Amino acid sequence: MNIKVILSISLTHLLARKKQSLVAALGVTFGIMMYISLVGFMNGLNGMLDSLVVNRTPHVRLYNEIQPAERQPVETVLEWSGALHQINSIKPKDGRKEIRNALPIMKALDEDPRVLGYSPKVNAQVFFTAGEIELSGIIDGIEVAKEAELYMLGDYVTTGNMYELLTINNSIILGKGLADKMMVNIGDVVQVVTVQGTLESLKVIGFFQSGLADIDNIQSFSALATVQKLLGKPSSYITDLQIKLKDMAIAPAVAKEYRRVFDTDALDIQTANAQFDTGTSVRNIISYAVSVTLLIVAGFGIYNILNMMIYEKMDDIAILKATGFSGRDVQWVFIFQALIIGIIGGIFGLIFGYVISSIIDRLPFETEALPTISTYPIDYNPMHYYIGIVFALVTTYLAGYLPARKAGSIDPVEIIRGK
Amino acid sequence: MTATTPVIEALNISKSFYDPVEFKVLKEVSFQIQRGEFVSIMGKSGCGKSTLLYILSTMDTSYTGELFIDGKPTHQMSANQLARIRNEKIGFVFQFHYLLPEFSVLKNVMLPGLKLGARTAHELEARAMDLLNMLEIKDQALKSAKQLSGGQKQRVAIARALINDPMIIMGDEPTGNLDSRNSDIVLGIFRELAQERGQSLLVVTHDNDFAAKTDRTIVMEDGYVISQ
Repeated sequence: MNIKVILSISLTHLLARKKQSLVAALGVTFGIMMYISLVGFMNGLNGMLDSLVVNRTPHVRLYNEIQPAERQPVETVLEWSGALHQINSIKPKDGRKEIRNALPIMKALDEDPRVLGYSPKVNAQVFFTAGEIELSGIIDGIEVAKEAELYMLGDYVTTGNMYELLTINNSIILGKGLADKMMVNIGDVVQVVTVQGTLESLKVIGFFQSGLADIDNIQSFSALATVQKLLGKPSSYITDLQIKLKDMAIAPAVAKEYRRVFDTDALDIQTANAQFDTGTSVRNIISYAVSVTLLIVAGFGIYNILNMMIYEKMDDIAILKATGFSGRDVQWVFIFQALIIGIIGGIFGLIFGYVISSIIDRLPFETEALPTISTYPIDYNPMHYYIGIVFALVTTYLAGYLPARKAGSIDPVEIIRGK
Repeated sequence: MTATTPVIEALNISKSFYDPVEFKVLKEVSFQIQRGEFVSIMGKSGCGKSTLLYILSTMDTSYTGELFIDGKPTHQMSANQLARIRNEKIGFVFQFHYLLPEFSVLKNVMLPGLKLGARTAHELEARAMDLLNMLEIKDQALKSAKQLSGGQKQRVAIARALINDPMIIMGDEPTGNLDSRNSDIVLGIFRELAQERGQSLLVVTHDNDFAAKTDRTIVMEDGYVISQ
């Protein structure tokens, strides 16, 4: 098969019917354009909604759950080991909240190749006193740099510089809701009482706004050392290790392993946030369904146009075959036409899809709940563009294949005799 | 192949149509065409002469009997091999010009050559121009095929048939659609090809004057060859 000759015949046919070819290509363009803008928009929204939680959620979280002792004392008595123990009113043991052996565990995590990073945390329940009222809240002692790197803390600190936690002693970043309730501003000092009764004054250096009101009303951040000091604990006192993995998918397996190896509780993200996957996949299905429908419609358009073309071109097909072009050659003449329509339509679809995406990207979208967002989110993942063009080619190839096969099997004798 | 190998040899070729009822259109047709021969097939309308031509051209493969082209049996050949033979060894001229209307005259002439791929596009273009020059339509080369008159189109079709230097040129009433002046021109060209280039010609016609000017006339009636 001489591709150059075949291609030149296809091109001549297409150019001889510019309007028809254009309409066919426009169908593909429209389908791909919708696919690109829709998927970009959907994934942008998905990404934003997921990041609200997923960004802030560790893939594996190590902690000590408050729970009853697994083995009650009576069970340890050897002579009663075969007996049936009946214990009423079991209460949780007065266990320690911190992770045992936190420092060696952190060392092990440093060496684990699956771990992208981790951020240690000290969790303290406190009361903020503002004049007459006391508000309950939580102070998380964090390592600011790690928290910023792994959990995008910077995106959520809407006012103030979070690195001042390191430079200013006894400083705190308050949740926006909490700050509003206490009517404090940057630079003000708030009084904090721990559950143990320790009193401390902390200077407000910034506000934190996650977009989830329940969190913003109780959550605040301070430096790891500040909270350890507040609780009167040593620097090895860590209540949470928030681990981010290189591959989120293996989180359940890793959590299971850590639970056994480190003898702590471990919670993976999939278990903690099962509903997010569902929402994402439903939105994906919708956008793919719409785009596939559009492309199928475009495909029928191409099928029709090629079918008509073949009826008009019966004489040409007969003469090509009579002069030595094989059925396959003729078939490729028409398949190439479909593919050219697909490529050109597809490329313009990608371009227009990109343009529409960037227009949506510039539309203002401001909401109190999402402090980090000012325009509609768009995902420009090149993968969608790749899928888009492959999609265009596959659809047009399929739409062109049947008419082309018919053209290839036309018997030239019948056409010539019919004249 | 030696010089004495017939260009085309038909052995007991028979063919029937089955629609609407069985009808035997060719009955045990056998003949040979030698190199450089100018042969015409004559017969009344419906005697099977066009059908025979399509079989000889390898386009129609549903027949019984054997067909040798350049000494090679065509029976076992695939559709692609047959297409190759048509491309390389057979030139075609039809009653109705059958040019590709969207292409220029030059491109029409070049297409079978481009398909064969034996010459570069550049060589083919020069050769096509030579052929158009010989047929006195060189000035039309860059026009689109649909802008030409009937006689001009037929000459372009002849140029196309010649582009790959075929062993045999087949014509199905090539002058049937032309006035007597153009008809004479085409006949003259055919004569010249047979005599000067040694190419064989096989032309189906029902024009007695035309047939009389060929080397040999095969006369058909009711599917039989009655004289050759």
